[in-house]
Amino acid sequence: MIGVGKNKQYANVLDKPLSKGKQEVSLSAFAFLFSELVQYNQTQVDNIGELERRLEDAGYAVGARMLELLCHREKGNRRETRLLGILSFVHSTVWKVLFGKVADSLEKGTEHEDEYMISEKELLVNRFISIPKDMGTFNCGAFVAGVVRGVLDSAGFPAVVTAHFVPMDGLQRPRTTILIKFAEEVLRREARLG
Amino acid sequence: MGRIGRKGWVVVAAARKMSTFADHCPTMAPPMAPRSGDAIFASVERVNAELFTLTYGAIVRQLLTDLEEVEEVNKQLDQMGYNIGIRMIDEFLAKSNVSRCVDFKETAEVIAKVGFKMFLGVSASVTNWDSEGTCCSIVLEDNPLVDFVELPDTCQGLYYCNILSGVIRGALEMVSMKTEVTWLRDMLRGDDANELQVKLIKQVPEEYPYKDDE
Repeated sequence: MIGVGKNKQYANVLDKPLSKGKQEVSLSAFAFLFSELVQYNQTQVDNIGELERRLEDAGYAVGARMLELLCHREKGNRRETRLLGILSFVHSTVWKVLFGKVADSLEKGTEHEDEYMISEKELLVNRFISIPKDMGTFNCGAFVAGVVRGVLDSAGFPAVVTAHFVPMDGLQRPRTTILIKFAEEVLRREARLG
Repeated sequence: MGRIGRKGWVVVAAARKMSTFADHCPTMAPPMAPRSGDAIFASVERVNAELFTLTYGAIVRQLLTDLEEVEEVNKQLDQMGYNIGIRMIDEFLAKSNVSRCVDFKETAEVIAKVGFKMFLGVSASVTNWDSEGTCCSIVLEDNPLVDFVELPDTCQGLYYCNILSGVIRGALEMVSMKTEVTWLRDMLRGDDANELQVKLIKQVPEEYPYKDDE
């Protein structure tokens, strides 16, 4: 079997020193790759909901790994246990690492206690994407919603996370809103912690 | 908590400064002179390599789940790379000012020194030329695709970075070169470097894109 008798420098990934994470690739390399991800998944589904779910799954895998990585690197192996703490971790730390900037805004729903949203004027993954008319509601932000869900879920804050377009007055392109609806148990725990 | 945003929402946190398009606009280079890979990479917009790496990992994992057979995954990755390559070549030619290469040797150097640098931020070296100058190896010591990756026992037949060989094949096909690209060494399989063999099969003579009276 190939791979037997390994002589590589490190026995496994965990023995490697953790990089500082400052390495970069060109935005177009990412855009090309992301577009292949979307196109491949399009061949595997027959409706938009299913396509978004698959993109969300791909994002979830990224989010779960990001949490682990960032907790090691930025937070001395500690992770947030409070609702606002983890939300601002997503909004600032995770966003900054992934997209090079803090998210435009993080807001709390006044009508529902369990709803929060992160808004972005121009989400990185939507930069080079044009949505055909017959797929109007489809949003590649589903991938980023998946990243957010991956981080939250792995940190012990299960939530339903969805991406939506919100048309903006005077702007040609709508902004993207990532809507986070936490599971009941999260709010109960939060209330108990006071 | 926070100030009131739009109706029904309270702002908890907001970004200090919104970046504008102008912040990201690369300055135009003087036309014509071929540009070095470093110069191009410095002038293009970039993203964190970890986002790229983890997204690629998510793709590979999706393929493994969907297709089940490692061989099929290799094929699909190559196909995706090919799709990227045939589009990427346009951006490459537009930004690099590289003109027609005199021979395949120059082509290989340009791929390794300019192509890899401008898209992935790493450079590769070219070695192991055959006597006819139609077959060589591109060796990558640094490869952002494989960060955080370890091949499990069940995936030993997987060419994890197979997308790269597709990219090279697709891009070269667009400049009239039919090539065969194969992996000779793979760090994930225990080798000390990643080595891609690029073999020129034939140079397709250029045809005018239009046909008279047909």
